[in-house]
Amino acid sequence: MTTTAVTTKIGIRDVRKVFQVRDAGEPFVALDGVDLDVREGEFLALVGPSGCGKSTLLDLVAGLTAPTAGEIVIDGTPVTGPGLDRGIVFQQYALFPWRTAQANVEFGLEAKAVPRRERRERARHHLDLVGLTGFEERYPHELSGGMRQRVAIARSLAFDPDVLLMDEPFAALDAQTRESLQEELLRIWDKTGKTIIFITHGIDEAVYLGQRVAVMTSRPGTIKEVVEVAFDSRAGDLRADPVFGEYRHHVWTLLRDEVAAAQVLERKAATSRG
Amino acid sequence: MADRRSAPATGTALSEREPLELPTGLDRHVAPVAAPAYQPSVRTSRPSALARRTRRLASRAVTKSGAILLLLAAWEVLPRVGVFDRVFVPPLSEDLVVWYGLLLDGPLPEHLQASLIRSLSGFGLAIALAIPLGLLIGWYRPVADALTPLLEVFRNTSPVALLPVFTLILGIGETSKITFVLYACSWPILLNTVSGVKTVEPLLIKSARSMGLGPVRLFQKVILPAAVPAIFTGVRLAGAYSILVLLFAEMVGAKAGLGYLILDTQSSFRIPEMYAGIITISALGLLFNLLLLRIERRFSTWRTT
Repeated sequence: MTTTAVTTKIGIRDVRKVFQVRDAGEPFVALDGVDLDVREGEFLALVGPSGCGKSTLLDLVAGLTAPTAGEIVIDGTPVTGPGLDRGIVFQQYALFPWRTAQANVEFGLEAKAVPRRERRERARHHLDLVGLTGFEERYPHELSGGMRQRVAIARSLAFDPDVLLMDEPFAALDAQTRESLQEELLRIWDKTGKTIIFITHGIDEAVYLGQRVAVMTSRPGTIKEVVEVAFDSRAGDLRADPVFGEYRHHVWTLLRDEVAAAQVLERKAATSRG
Repeated sequence: MADRRSAPATGTALSEREPLELPTGLDRHVAPVAAPAYQPSVRTSRPSALARRTRRLASRAVTKSGAILLLLAAWEVLPRVGVFDRVFVPPLSEDLVVWYGLLLDGPLPEHLQASLIRSLSGFGLAIALAIPLGLLIGWYRPVADALTPLLEVFRNTSPVALLPVFTLILGIGETSKITFVLYACSWPILLNTVSGVKTVEPLLIKSARSMGLGPVRLFQKVILPAAVPAIFTGVRLAGAYSILVLLFAEMVGAKAGLGYLILDTQSSFRIPEMYAGIITISALGLLFNLLLLRIERRFSTWRTT
């Protein structure tokens, strides 16, 4: 226990999250008994059926909401609210449309009260890191979806958080853009050594990106299994590697029953409403 | 109307950014921007392109001003051929001559000044009061809950119905007229500000909160900038109201102002002078709206359609 505690970055301890639904009698249990340790510098992919509480779990780690029971610790300190030690990247980018790419990246630095000149340099540096040199003065509506997500990633990296929380960041992008961003994310992760929690509903994406893939159950969500993913070599077309296929199949098998259960839940909810 | 308004803005924005060098291979990622109808491009200055553009501009000018030219022509010709009584509708040229005379050494500047001071005061006060109030109502739920019923009552009470009340309480002087304009102008600003604050994308708020922004910074850095375009739409509407409603107040009880001029000349049968007053009002309204539209556009270049 003592040896693992040293390398644990984020500890999620028996977390339960219940929402009080308006007009409905019974409370909505989103998460129950979630236990998960994320190691320092690890890339953890989180997959689960839709509605299993993946995003809720991310909100809890981000400190945007508080758990009903259990606790989340980062570097041994319980999370009490949002902070610049964690950066979030959302699926819908969440860029400020009235700010240029440069000014968007500077946003977190302003919150951190970084002096103006340093802000500008750091924003430029991080836009460069995501391959957007020359696009500093563009507004979000002048950029493609892939470029917007690059800006969002640059914004989250610029204030130098230890942890990057990514909520299906590439789900809205086309397949080619997604693949190139996946590769780029791995490169950035390698370069910066951030701890990353990456939510996705794509099994391929999870196996491709994650050092470990945590599979969640259907609602109320909890961790079903954590799969260690290791390849002898990442060179070449990794997705065509038979080992990749094995991991993929393993995660798929774990998920299949949960997806079926989630669909039953959804149907039940729909009929009880109707 | 909407695309006519936005097209030239897109055109200039694009041409300003055109010289920007794209990293090779990345330019295909640039989001397709809707082709602007009018694009003052610097690069295509070859004679043929220039000629084509001039022709296109000319044809656009004809299309856009055709109806107005037709109206002006009818105003000039119909009284002359006897369709209208020349006494009640003098030909446009006669009205313009009278207008010019009134402007140079007549009472027109004086009336114009009186009207402008009233509308701009009322309009300015409405901006100063309604924007902060709208921000409060939009942001603080309790304030909204407490004030909304009262505001609904007043919003549905025509300013015209309240003019006699203003006159009774504030007298027939400037105060009651400015208050009247203030009242009428407040509603579009207030309602647009409230909706601007309320419709801020929740994800942006979440994103800003995740970066540790407290309520004050959140308001200053996210809510306010996000609401600016809506606020300006309200301000522009109010600008039009400020002139429209003032005329009414000036017709009911005033010794100066364009509304007074129009009613006074009508009742003393100085018909061309009456039309001179109407032309002035119309031009003033158009100019004011154009100015506000410019300002609005400046503050909302980022807003996508």
